[in-house]
Amino acid sequence: MKKSVFFGALTAAAGLAAGVAAAGTLDDVKARGTLNCGVTTGLVGFAAPDSNGEWEGFDVAVCRAVAAAVLGDGNAVEFVPTTGKTRFTALASGEIDMLARNTTWTFSRDVDLKFTFVGVNYYDGQGFMVPKDLGVSSAKDLDGATVCIQTGTTTELNLADFFRSNNISYEPVPIETNAEAQQQYLAGACDVYTTDASGLAATRATFEAPGDHVLLPEIISKEPLGPLVRHGDNEWGDIVRWTLNALITAEELGVTSANMTEMMAGTNNPEINRLLGTEGTLGEMLGLDADWAAKALAVGGNYGEIFEQNIGEATPIGLARGLNAQWTDGGLLYSPPFR
Amino acid sequence: MTTLTDPPQASFRLSMLLSDTRYRSYTFQFIALMLLIAAIAFLGSNLMRNLAAAGLNISYQFLGSPAGYDINQTLVEYTSQSTNAKAALVGILNTLLVAFLACVTATVLGVIAGVLRLSNNWLVSKLMSFYVEIFRNIPVLIWIIIIFTIMIAVLPGPRAFRGDEPSASMVFDAIAFTNRGVYIPAPVWGPGSMVVVITFLLSVVGVFAYRRYATKLLYDTGRLLPMGWPSLAIFFVPALLAYLVMGMPIGLEYPELKGFNFSGGIKVGGPLIALWFALSIYTGAFIAENVRAGIQAISKGQSEAAGALGLRQGRIMNLVVLPQALRVIIPPLISQYLNITKNSSLAIAVGYADITATLGGITLNQTGRAIECVLLLMLFYLTISLSISAVMNVYNNSVKLKER
Repeated sequence: MKKSVFFGALTAAAGLAAGVAAAGTLDDVKARGTLNCGVTTGLVGFAAPDSNGEWEGFDVAVCRAVAAAVLGDGNAVEFVPTTGKTRFTALASGEIDMLARNTTWTFSRDVDLKFTFVGVNYYDGQGFMVPKDLGVSSAKDLDGATVCIQTGTTTELNLADFFRSNNISYEPVPIETNAEAQQQYLAGACDVYTTDASGLAATRATFEAPGDHVLLPEIISKEPLGPLVRHGDNEWGDIVRWTLNALITAEELGVTSANMTEMMAGTNNPEINRLLGTEGTLGEMLGLDADWAAKALAVGGNYGEIFEQNIGEATPIGLARGLNAQWTDGGLLYSPPFR
Repeated sequence: MTTLTDPPQASFRLSMLLSDTRYRSYTFQFIALMLLIAAIAFLGSNLMRNLAAAGLNISYQFLGSPAGYDINQTLVEYTSQSTNAKAALVGILNTLLVAFLACVTATVLGVIAGVLRLSNNWLVSKLMSFYVEIFRNIPVLIWIIIIFTIMIAVLPGPRAFRGDEPSASMVFDAIAFTNRGVYIPAPVWGPGSMVVVITFLLSVVGVFAYRRYATKLLYDTGRLLPMGWPSLAIFFVPALLAYLVMGMPIGLEYPELKGFNFSGGIKVGGPLIALWFALSIYTGAFIAENVRAGIQAISKGQSEAAGALGLRQGRIMNLVVLPQALRVIIPPLISQYLNITKNSSLAIAVGYADITATLGGITLNQTGRAIECVLLLMLFYLTISLSISAVMNVYNNSVKLKER
């Protein structure tokens, strides 16, 4: 079948990616020496290059943790910027090994597009922002309003569903980027701006007079954002899933980048020992080194540290933990046990 | 005695496909064609196999499932529960609408600018070359965004029309210019309005008939009937009379503030205006150059000869120069029309729901069927472009130099 491979390469050159072996992503990544991770083209706080061209952000941290767990180096990542349109094709064709691009976990993306969502790294929901002087206090008062909306996102469908189920009408203004939406909203070309509540908060924080705008109380959708991989390579899916779980568990157990070296010497909590690889053979089961989770944690710290550093209340994004607190603090983060 | 016989007819034998030079070339072309088809089929099936191996099976089933999103400008009935195919149709119609509007406006602008560029008036000709150079040399995407941004920033929002002392007011109490679009009165068809419409359509036919008759009379007898005012009269008077006789059946519905927006009337959306205007002035600059080239291609002797016959300037342009110049102008004009249609795919920059924004944007994103959607898009633009070329080529054949 040499010929077929040759023509496969030809068609790939024609702009369509040739098929790649469905299994063995771990071996591919190790052989290549870098992890190809799909991220956004730039959303401050989640994934954006800093002034030195280094990618940083909440989603980027997940990529770096996986790279550290597999390759031992959090910088061995090739960041592939993807748009809403290209992200799924890039992952399906094997151009990227994993996608961490605030992508909502939905049934059809999981089942029809054949991707495996390995977990949730941010629980979000869709909200509305309106100018205060409009005198609107509920999204149900928005009959006939003009709504600015980022096109190509699940928010577009939620919006249609919300207005249909409440039997009120609206006029959508589809917009490509957050920056354009901001401009149109501030100029009054639309009455309402809707997107994920985290995005609204981040956008409002950049306004000259944030107090003139209110977020309506309704959250009309569930937006669980998480990293995803292709169907068909469960070993690789397990690695990404448990790297994310390791970050979450580490916060729950109080393992931070500061006290990790100390804890590596051995603690009297067996779960911490299993997590950090000083006890048991969890790393071996994954096909990785025993201290894989420790390496992942060493890059940016545990989930809480990554959150605070990139999108937490001390940053310009200024998001509270809310739903994204540990289950012990009343949030939804709940990692299965390391056992 | 001699008998006259036909020369022996060579009967066709299979071996002649190779030995006879008359048929040999066909044989080889046929073999080449078969090889080409086989190669394409092999590449195609290989592509499908590899795509399937990568989990990218081609399927168009998503076209029949509900789209789930709303569109702000729909020329046909559409709700968020309509299918993706319907959403694509809405996009197609929106593309065709803006392409048609822009082609008409660009042609008018281009012809005016092209003729005026050759004006003897220094100021007029310089102004026109300024227009051409400025608009031709800045990418159309930038023009679209600039026009849209200016519209949003300069025009008032609907809220400015509210209150006892509004900061903005409607023009003639009928037209509202807002940063969401322009609201114009809509006709309301009362009983009997069909009579008026039919009268109007008949008078349009009448105008053409009159002009034809006048031209024929001119060619046959040399008598020159006036063209301008009788045409206008035929155009307006019967319809106006019918309108009055039927008791003014057609009313106007004025836009008025209601809730967050104006309601009633017809809304011409901001994105449509920005896209239409930008495509028109951008392509108009190219068409102006085509028109200028066409006019300058007509030798000076033609207009001098016409002048020697005593024709006036306007008639020289209309009767002698332009008809000949059209032969030069039409072929590049076709490609300008194609450019307008293809450039209309930049609509997404301002949120205009054309085919690229619906099928190639939202549907693609929501279903994840990127390859299928892009293939459909390619097919659509190819079909439209080839259709425009076909129609324009028919027109070109009717004006081109008839060689006998």
